[in-house]
Amino acid sequence: MLHFLVKRLGGAVVVLALVAVLVFLLTRLASGDPVALLLGDQATAADIAAARVQYGLDKPLTTQFVLWIGQVLQGNLGQSLFLQMPVTQALLERAEPTMFLALFAVSIAALIGVPCGMAAAVWRGSWIDQVLSSIAMLGASIPSFWFGLILIQVFAVHLGWFPASGYGDPDASFGDRLQHLLLPALVLGVLNSALIIRFTRASVLDILGEDYVRTARAKGLGESVVLVKHVLRNALVPVVTVLGLTLALMIGGTVVTETVFNLPGVGNLVVRAVLRRDYPVIQGTLLVIAAIYVFINLAIDLLYTVVDPRIRLEGQ
Amino acid sequence: MNASPTALPLPARAGWAQSPWFKTLRRLFARKVVLLSAVVLLLIAATALLYPLLTDSDPNDMNISMRLHAPSWAHWAGNDELGRDVMARIIYGARYSLMIGLFTALGAVVLGTLLGMLAGYFRRLDAPLMRLVDAMMAFPDILLGIALVSILGASLWNVILALTIVYTPRVARVVRASTLVLRELLFVDAAKALGVRTPLILWRHILPNLLSPVLVQVTFIFAYAILAEAGLSFLGVGVPPDIPTWGTMIAGSLEYADKAFWTILTPGVAIVLTALSLQLLGDGVRDLLDPKLKNKS
Repeated sequence: MLHFLVKRLGGAVVVLALVAVLVFLLTRLASGDPVALLLGDQATAADIAAARVQYGLDKPLTTQFVLWIGQVLQGNLGQSLFLQMPVTQALLERAEPTMFLALFAVSIAALIGVPCGMAAAVWRGSWIDQVLSSIAMLGASIPSFWFGLILIQVFAVHLGWFPASGYGDPDASFGDRLQHLLLPALVLGVLNSALIIRFTRASVLDILGEDYVRTARAKGLGESVVLVKHVLRNALVPVVTVLGLTLALMIGGTVVTETVFNLPGVGNLVVRAVLRRDYPVIQGTLLVIAAIYVFINLAIDLLYTVVDPRIRLEGQ
Repeated sequence: MNASPTALPLPARAGWAQSPWFKTLRRLFARKVVLLSAVVLLLIAATALLYPLLTDSDPNDMNISMRLHAPSWAHWAGNDELGRDVMARIIYGARYSLMIGLFTALGAVVLGTLLGMLAGYFRRLDAPLMRLVDAMMAFPDILLGIALVSILGASLWNVILALTIVYTPRVARVVRASTLVLRELLFVDAAKALGVRTPLILWRHILPNLLSPVLVQVTFIFAYAILAEAGLSFLGVGVPPDIPTWGTMIAGSLEYADKAFWTILTPGVAIVLTALSLQLLGDGVRDLLDPKLKNKS
């Protein structure tokens, strides 16, 4: 077990280090001098040179990387070029809508995906299966922003049931927040449920073939008891993994949806930063989002070995 | 093998009907959904390619008197904010959208197969390459796409390049997993024993067996790239607005969505139809090539 833990943790550290290198290189390879951009048109060549020294941009790339990583490890992601605040503060301010949106959306995806996937597996090959599987495929073929635009047209513009955009007043109530989040969460939830349907179906089909399911049926248990107690409980383990990964990917993947609904979240922050070439923000957000993904991935892996001891034994 | 005398005489078949390719295709298209999606894709591609022969209306023809006109007999999909015929632009835009999808898929498959084969075949390269793949996959697709396009600069080819980089790790993972299995098979051992050199083993013995998983990836990445391009264009970091892709069409008409909904509805339908057909086709190929994998995502 210890061996497995060390190996897995080591792998995650390596991946995190590579993520940091990639993020660093991405922004350093970018065209356009960030210093010239920061100082504006008025700056002379001497000003720019001085600023380059001040920001350490005159040092070799490896030194710059070490300095940057040192700062990052101390929790300092640098200063935004446009927002007049540290990147960490900007991220924290934008974290709430994104977190709620991601949680809300994953719940919707699970509520749709698990029962539908289960039904498709139980009645596999029938018209129910075909309809559900086709819907799942359809969900993976719809551009999220377009789906969002349609929902806005129907439910916000024509029916007026929900606000079309934004996150409400700063001191809005929880219910009000939910109303603002419902349409974007529906977009992400419905589209991501496609994956959950496919995964649940595959997982349930796997379990249905297990010996203990046959045993349960043979000893005369009712089909519903077999399905819920023996099949669903075991089939859900991999499904929960995918839900976790979906949540992890959503934290950064809500970019488009947040823009459609004009939600002041992390995704919105990134898009604005990209359009304004605010490199410290791009760098910091990419790093944090990728790190969250790696951590959730690691946590799921470790949880998995607790739930299912076969996995850690296999690795040896 | 000789037919037994009691067997009914088989109708004489043309040579091509006996070929394994033909048999595989027939099994693939035995499923109506798969056949339908292939037909839809062919129709879309043919319309896009033959467009100049089919109509003489110019997709860039502006007609201000037709500005934001609702769909009519003359203009099936209505007119956009500059009075351009939406249908003509969808058909014309198909060329760019399909081009982005196809080139991205091919690029990602070539690079990903190379990386995956190296990682899967050479144990020393496995860990470093796969950790790099893990690191790249830690970024959500669209986010990595945005970052790359913003660095490379927004142009048609840079969007293709960025999306290729985004989807290469996926292919690498799939190909590595298959290569790991293939490497241990007897025919590879036999080739090694016969003294076949490693590059030739990879080329002649491993690569052809990777065809099926790679083919599935082509269809899926094709679909994802079309969707991603639309997303990037919507965010304003994609293809320049003067190139009519389905994505830039929606992005360009956004302001008018309230008054002229058709300007964003129909290009979106084109995207959904194409992406859905591609994925259904890919799903069919996957089921066909590996019955064991059936029903798995």
